[in-house]
Amino acid sequence: MNVIETDAQLVARCRAGDEDAWRELVERFSRYVFAIAVQAYRLSEADAEDVFQEVFARAYENLNKLRDDNAIRPWLAQLTRRLCLDTLRAGAREQAEESPEPAGSDDTIAQLDEAMIVHEALAALPDNCREILDRFFAQDESYRHIGEALDLPPGTIASRISRCLVKLRDELEGRNPASAQSGG
Amino acid sequence: MRNHDEETLASMLRMLPAPPEAWVQAAQEIPLAQRGLDQIVERARADLAFREALIADLERALEGAGYEPDPALAEAVRVRLSL
Repeated sequence: MNVIETDAQLVARCRAGDEDAWRELVERFSRYVFAIAVQAYRLSEADAEDVFQEVFARAYENLNKLRDDNAIRPWLAQLTRRLCLDTLRAGAREQAEESPEPAGSDDTIAQLDEAMIVHEALAALPDNCREILDRFFAQDESYRHIGEALDLPPGTIASRISRCLVKLRDELEGRNPASAQSGG
Repeated sequence: MRNHDEETLASMLRMLPAPPEAWVQAAQEIPLAQRGLDQIVERARADLAFREALIADLERALEGAGYEPDPALAEAVRVRLSL
């Protein structure tokens, strides 16, 4: 199993000017920010890219203002939400629409928060499991493509995915939410 | 988290596809871009001719000073120097 640095530890390293930590922070939250922009707010690709870059630019600039390092995820979510709404409002003004907020955006963000918990557990799995699950589910790659990329017989992919899902479930169920929250 | 059956886990994993690699890379390079910005601002404060060149034609002055023509960088310089 991989030992994963907590969000707070990662933020602390970023604040200390560690550029590798910044790269890691972007990697850790890039899917989340992207998903909020395209799934919760249904932005076009061009708008989503602008929001994505602006979120991280503002995060970098204002990291010192974050009061609780453990709260980086909700902070990024709020930042993304605000920038998505600004983008939608600008478009709504052009089309004289009233409310730019898509229905269900809060629910979608709540689901994405749950998905992030699963993704964090995924990051703790051995590399082979992490890669195969990510390729199959998140990147929507075929058995054949995965087999070629990982040098595995395509006939074994399904059983490996199944075994890795069991490991993922075990990882999630082995986590103690109370200690994770106070872990700092 | 609701439950951990295979179907739920699969749908959760599907919810977070990776954004285009170039977006991630650009965001990861923000500290580098920021360093470039700091250099430009510092020089503009110390070098009156450079500052005047920036005021006259920001993009051209930046390009002349060896910076990639980047609208985001130009805008950041404008804001930082109140141009």
